[in-house]
Amino acid sequence: MSVVEASPAQRRLFYGLSEANTRSNLSEHHRRFGESPMPPIHHRHRWRERFQGELEASGLTGRGGAEFPVATKLAAVRSHRRHGVVVVNSMEGEPASQKDATLARYAPHLVLDGAELMAAALGASRVHVCVARDRERAARAYEVAAKERIHAGSVTEFTIGTPPAHYVAGEESSLSRWIDGGSAIPTFRPNRPSIPVIGGRAALVDNAETLAHVALIARYGSEWFRSVGTPDSPGTTLLTISGAVTRPGVYETAFGQTVEALVGYAGAESGGVSAVLLGGYGGTWLPGHEIVTPLASEELKKVGCRIGPGVMVALGSGHCGLAETARIVEWMATQSAGQCGPCVFGLPALAEDLKAIATTNVSPSVVERVWSRLLAVEGRGACRHPDGVVRLVRSAFRAFSDDVDYHLANGPCLGARLRTCMAGVSERRIVQWR
Amino acid sequence: MAVRLQIDPIACDAFGYCAELAPELITLDEWGYPLVEGHLVPIELAQDARAAVQSCPRKAIRFVHVEPSSRGRVAISGSKRRPTRSPR
Repeated sequence: MSVVEASPAQRRLFYGLSEANTRSNLSEHHRRFGESPMPPIHHRHRWRERFQGELEASGLTGRGGAEFPVATKLAAVRSHRRHGVVVVNSMEGEPASQKDATLARYAPHLVLDGAELMAAALGASRVHVCVARDRERAARAYEVAAKERIHAGSVTEFTIGTPPAHYVAGEESSLSRWIDGGSAIPTFRPNRPSIPVIGGRAALVDNAETLAHVALIARYGSEWFRSVGTPDSPGTTLLTISGAVTRPGVYETAFGQTVEALVGYAGAESGGVSAVLLGGYGGTWLPGHEIVTPLASEELKKVGCRIGPGVMVALGSGHCGLAETARIVEWMATQSAGQCGPCVFGLPALAEDLKAIATTNVSPSVVERVWSRLLAVEGRGACRHPDGVVRLVRSAFRAFSDDVDYHLANGPCLGARLRTCMAGVSERRIVQWR
Repeated sequence: MAVRLQIDPIACDAFGYCAELAPELITLDEWGYPLVEGHLVPIELAQDARAAVQSCPRKAIRFVHVEPSSRGRVAISGSKRRPTRSPR
């Protein structure tokens, strides 16, 4: 996938990056963004308060999918009695997402700057970078970058870890358990949101892109960050756009542009897109008549959608959204950690029902059964994996309600026989847990 | 103190004893895993709820105390135990 900018004024994380210049070493990084504003030796406390305040004012939200306010999370970890680990989450279990891998290749120092700043804010000296095992290039990029920083005199201890590549391995609790020497599978946390603990210390787990934004906010301030985007979704975001587009890739854009314009940048023909999958495989379908909605969480909420981890998959107009959803759910069922009954049995059952609806002649009772099974699965896993599937299926039934009626009346449509326009559905199967 | 039931979905192995012992509070889904509605446990069902908690072979079901602010219905009272234990 290539890196393309939406328009130069909106390039922030990708600033200075071009076809001719894809260097990502430390000196190039300093040339682009200047030195990272590390805290002074004296008045650290004051610096931490200011840093915390700046993050709060920026309104930055986590870019791993949960859209949780970054400052709130930092404050929660800081308030813990024993804190002191920062984890860079670059797992990117979403097959349709490439943004974190792209950041690792082209701007690893921006991510590490952010992690170092967060560590300074916590008084921590240790940063764990977690990259999924099958994203070798990203892991190597971080290793090279960490070495460069040590040579340049950084005192932060960087550890690059490669947990197993798996959809739920990127979950906070999976990562903290894996770093502690266990399997990369989620744990049951009855009181959420909860703070993960690594080696007896509260850990700050942030998505790689989130930390890259932190690095820029620390340099240029919250006002600068908010100068683009919308009041409720300030700043820019990375988007991985794929599907029925001629230029799939990772784009950086300010919030507030319409989804239609964004898939247009990536080369979607106008009228050639019947729906857009937002937020990845645990995300939501935005139907064709709603793709004029601006990319901003408050606007998308109105139509029942979410940005999630910045994934957009354009569904070609000839394709069948139900068949695509069935394939995604089938894949998601294979990604269960196998711990919770409703996920272990519920997701394959849902996948089978959806496959039947998409590819055979079924009675309306199957659709009814899907609705009741969604209720039986929702909220009943230790992690949010089953909930993502529920969200996806619900939004598919909403976005493709006409298709459901058509399939029930006439059997599978022509589009259901086409090959998938999703990337990676058949790849990345379970291999290992540790 | 108001309490409700909570299932640890990882520990639960669908033995189903809980639904047998407290059918008014716990039902099973089509795969045999217990469904507890978020309701508070009413006092008249406290005995059943306790039996369900104590009989679980996986220790996957427990009482959790509900904050007084969210208390809606009459519930077991007088517990001095820690939240994870069954109230006496």
